[in-house]
Amino acid sequence: MWNRREFLKGAALAGGVVALPGLSGCAMGSKARGHVVVVGGGFGGATVAKYLRMWSQMGVDVTLVERNPQFISCPISNLVIGGDKQMADITMSYDGLRNTWGVKVLQDTVTAVDAGARKVTLASGGVLSYDRLVLSPGIEFMYDQVPGLETEAARDTVLHAWKAGAQTVALRKQLEDMKDGGVYALSIPKAPYRCPPGPYERACLVANYLQKTKPKSKVLVLDANEEITSKKGLFTKAFEKYKGILEYRPNSELREVDAASRTAVLEFDKVKADVLNVVPPQRAGDIAAKSGIKLINNRWVDIDWLSFESVNTPGVHVIGDAIFPAPTMPKSGHMANQHAKVTAAAIINLLAGEAPSSTPLVMNTCYSFVDSKNVIHVSSVHLYDAAKKTVMPVQGAGGVSAAANELEGKYALSWARNIWADMLV
Amino acid sequence: MKLLRWTLAVGLIGAMGAVHAEEKADPNLARNLAATCANCHGTDGKAVAGSGAEALAGTDKAKLMQKLMDFRSGAKPATIMHQISKGYTEAQLELVAAYFAARK
Ligand SMILES: Cc1cc2nc3c(=O)[nH]c(=O)nc-3n(C[C@H](O)[C@H](O)[C@H](O)COP(=O)(O)OP(=O)(O)OC[C@H]3O[C@@H](n4cnc5c(N)ncnc54)[C@H](O)[C@@H]3O)c2cc1C
Ligand code: HEC
Repeated sequence: MWNRREFLKGAALAGGVVALPGLSGCAMGSKARGHVVVVGGGFGGATVAKYLRMWSQMGVDVTLVERNPQFISCPISNLVIGGDKQMADITMSYDGLRNTWGVKVLQDTVTAVDAGARKVTLASGGVLSYDRLVLSPGIEFMYDQVPGLETEAARDTVLHAWKAGAQTVALRKQLEDMKDGGVYALSIPKAPYRCPPGPYERACLVANYLQKTKPKSKVLVLDANEEITSKKGLFTKAFEKYKGILEYRPNSELREVDAASRTAVLEFDKVKADVLNVVPPQRAGDIAAKSGIKLINNRWVDIDWLSFESVNTPGVHVIGDAIFPAPTMPKSGHMANQHAKVTAAAIINLLAGEAPSSTPLVMNTCYSFVDSKNVIHVSSVHLYDAAKKTVMPVQGAGGVSAAANELEGKYALSWARNIWADMLV
Repeated sequence: MKLLRWTLAVGLIGAMGAVHAEEKADPNLARNLAATCANCHGTDGKAVAGSGAEALAGTDKAKLMQKLMDFRSGAKPATIMHQISKGYTEAQLELVAAYFAARK
């Protein structure tokens, strides 16, 4: 390490002009000191932990608290449900964060935030002090909106599989056990929910599996929305390929569930299924929603888009699915990763006594499989708008695939490997 | 540190005139913009080996710029880069290309 004062003096003597950009870049990174606690080791949390270490040149201490022992990816989990991939393909260790980046990873649950004292409480009994706190807890299901799913037994029968893990395995098992001629029904909540195209991808991949192995079966898509919420034209085409096996019903909001008979109760109709898969309505994860942090619509966290800091709770940054999104911004893993990078940069500046960047830019891509090989994408770029104080889509950028294609099937898997490495390795 | 920066700014004014010293450029802008590409091209443009993604790290800046501008104009066929590259100004792409070119 050079002595900064000497270096500056030398640079000034040498004229200063040429040396300035590189110099201040380094000085910024190495000046930040402090302890950041990150809650949640998913797409947002793992990324922010790594980038805080990397961009501060290991100057900022980071503790990551995650309740699960390993990372299990929601992206690609629909391929596990469809039988094209295994759980091992979507399961990764936190060792890279520990060993390469020196992040202290604790397998624990944060039960309370004391933002005044800058402390969090752990389920195991400990307390952690922080200079800055990042919450990336993902979503909580609003089971109160789905009568009939109050008990654990009901929830073990009527699965969501909208957090990858045991439920992914269980849903795959239900589909394997289903008889030929059975009905798989998927209930989609009103937007906004985690991963707008995710349910339609799942419907395609289940239909693909059933078409090949149990062709007398049916896939019934019960969508609370009035139309397909993402890549509508492309999914409509994909659904046509599954004609006879897949039926799409818009405006089909779930009112109630009878778990024992696997029946979905709609406004005017009752649908009895052999495998009933309900994605419940969602809100910010409990630790963000129940810590006095300001929410919008009682569901999503209200943040300052320059730093992702809560608008009413200084020192607490919230990223990923838990936040109230900017216009047209989806709740995706790709986007959570991008939130994380803006936040890491902002926190390093703040810890060094500097203002966050005034021009944050984020971009999104969601790839969806419509069968084992063919993929469609939607992409967008979003830039901070100082007048609107939010992040707005860049006009003329982004778009969707021309048609489902195999090349993007390869790119989608490549995306997964690179984003997993970007957050964990 | 404040004092140091002040000293530096004074030095700058002396060297290149007062006007430029007023605009405080974000020294991390290139790094931050380049990080938006990492989801697909790897951290700092170092793609996962065998993933099929093009590594950008260490590629000549002019070559990267040429490809990005060709994506933007449509001269270079693409599944997605034509849509992504239009989300960045030419100046932003210059910063990103220079950043990746400097990675080893
Ligand atoms: C089927 C499906 C397919 C998807 N496909 C894609 C896709 O192709 N591309 C894409 O970009 N996105 C996709 N997504 C969306 C993506 O998974 C989410 O947007 C992303 O996971 C959000 O990241 P996050 O960090 O907000 O939450 P998560 O990744 O869910 O991480 C939250 C973490 O916090 C932990 N946690 C929560 N509370 C606490 C606490 N109090 N203490 C300790 N730990 C806690 C949880 O255990 C969890 O690990 C898909 C989602 C689903 C369900
Ligand atoms: C969603 C994934 C994704 C993101 C994000 C992304 N790229 Fe790409 N990139 C691709 C794909 C896929 C290709 C192959 C061309 C195509 O089909 O679009 C590619 C190709 C390229 C190429 C050409 C490589 C070659 O040698 O032919 C360059 C250069 C490039 N990208 C630069 C960038 C830059 C710079 C960014 C960030 C501003 C970026 N990419 C963001 C997916 C991505």
